Amino acid sequence: MKLKFFLRMIFYSLFRRRLRMLVALIAVAVGATIISGMVTVYREVPQQLGREFRAYGANLLLIPAGDASTFSAENLTKVNEILKGNEVIGIAPFLYERLEINKQYILTGGTDFDEVQKVSPYWHVEGRYPVKGEREVLIGAQLAKILSPYEPAEIIGQEVTISAGEGTAMRKYLVTGIVSTGGKEEEFAFTNLDELQNISGKEGEIGIAQLSIVAEGENLKSIEESISRAVPALQPQTVQQIANSEFNVLNKLQVLVLLVTAIVLILTLICVTTTMMAVVTERRKEIGLKKALGASDSNIVREFLGEGCLLGAFGGLLGSGLGYLFAESVSVQVFGRGIYFSVSIAILAVVLSILVTGAASLIPVRIAVNVDPAIVLRGE
Amino acid sequence: MALLELKDVSMVYNGKVKALDKINLSVEKGDWLAIMGPSGSGKTTLMNIIGCMDHATGGEIILDGISLADVDKQKLTEIRREKIGMVFQQFHLVPYLTAMENVMVAQYYHSIPDTDEAKAALKRVGLEDRAGHLPSQLSGGEQQRVCIARALINYPVLILADEPTGNLDETNQNLVMKIFHELHEEGHTIITVTHSAEVGKEAERCVIIEHGKIKKVYENHHENLEGYFVP
Repeated sequence: MKLKFFLRMIFYSLFRRRLRMLVALIAVAVGATIISGMVTVYREVPQQLGREFRAYGANLLLIPAGDASTFSAENLTKVNEILKGNEVIGIAPFLYERLEINKQYILTGGTDFDEVQKVSPYWHVEGRYPVKGEREVLIGAQLAKILSPYEPAEIIGQEVTISAGEGTAMRKYLVTGIVSTGGKEEEFAFTNLDELQNISGKEGEIGIAQLSIVAEGENLKSIEESISRAVPALQPQTVQQIANSEFNVLNKLQVLVLLVTAIVLILTLICVTTTMMAVVTERRKEIGLKKALGASDSNIVREFLGEGCLLGAFGGLLGSGLGYLFAESVSVQVFGRGIYFSVSIAILAVVLSILVTGAASLIPVRIAVNVDPAIVLRGE
Repeated sequence: MALLELKDVSMVYNGKVKALDKINLSVEKGDWLAIMGPSGSGKTTLMNIIGCMDHATGGEIILDGISLADVDKQKLTEIRREKIGMVFQQFHLVPYLTAMENVMVAQYYHSIPDTDEAKAALKRVGLEDRAGHLPSQLSGGEQQRVCIARALINYPVLILADEPTGNLDETNQNLVMKIFHELHEEGHTIITVTHSAEVGKEAERCVIIEHGKIKKVYENHHENLEGYFVP
């Protein structure tokens, strides 16, 4: 009964003085909104940005270990097993051979074009990618100028003859597109992997695999180590440039978010302290009255801390909801995809709000217990 | 033994300002005493001391067998809670609690809040139908009656009323004084502090204080009190 009345008292002290407490509630809610929003962004951004970074190409390469020039495709199945649980954007296998295209020796790559589009989304194809199982070829932009010097684009739709060299079978391939990458690939031709394996007589063999995984820094390193341990035929290599810059950017961003969160926490603390102090000053008579009625110092402390915590809880709940909406809109606008509502972040925001308002109430509570009960006499 | 006994009670602020000077007063159980005097006479100081809100700097005060001079602040709060019911000039109800909750607040600090008892206390002052109203929805007279119900709820040995009708119109003043008379008849001990001769003469005994000293004591509803002018 006593606890029930205590809760009733602190509840009504907040909700029957709505206007007064609204200011304090807004202060707490704004703080909680920014905290929960920031923490959500803090947690989500590495993942989101990680995905964005994957647009810059592979961050892990698999090459044959030792002196071997190729490795068996079965090894990639093992790698797939190891990568279970990680977000893998794509694994693009490549086999390179020097082939005769229209009587010219040209370095030709065989690959899985579906995977290439995932791993290297920056490849720009005029025309279209070759279709799996068809005798089709993609020509590098530089190579197109050699094969069709006057009007390179005209090569699209034409047929070229490809063979492994003199004395081998000649096959006709349809050029489906011209690829621009800004790199060495523009000098090469690309066809389906099994076609190339077939022409060169290297069935089931792969020269290099490009992996794009949503992982940075330590994570990527540990993936590299476990592949190296489990599949001795492969030598994994992280693409340092991309992995490092990704790690640096994310690191700086996280520090920034952490800093902003800390500042917001301090500002909320100040704001709530000031509001609570105003509340105490305003309620000196009420405190005096309660003391005159026989309230002990601990009664007064409990009531004000209780009010503070209740305020923190409501502000925190409100803020964690708004914070999610804030983070969601940031994510949608910046990264073009939504985020999940995290219960743990909501709980964190509520707990932090309660702690902050509790701490912010300490100074005003100190003032409150010092109020002289005699002030209620004679209308002082 | 008297319920309240003041022997040579003095109060000196900052070692210089003498607010009370050797006050001797005895209040028996069931007495109704009025304390009157002009502003600055020491009425409030005396009320603070009797109401266990301040310690006297000299003399001895015994309330219900307990010497108030020897107890610390915490114990003083406890005695106030247990022994005294207070009625204030400005009612002092908690604005965000209903009439009934305001009565229950005193129970909450004293022991355990009890809805039925609080209801009975409000009925005692004729406010049972206003139990769910907030102070802002009550008239001055009603607020003062809630204040009286709150003062009675813990069965205090002494009811201390500070200008209980100071903020009321004549009708409400009469209503409140009627309740005080009833309480007195039931055997409650009452001390009222007042400016008003009209209120003062309702008490059995009236003590006039001036410059921190008892100037005069009128016994048995002394009509001459009408001639006593309080500025």
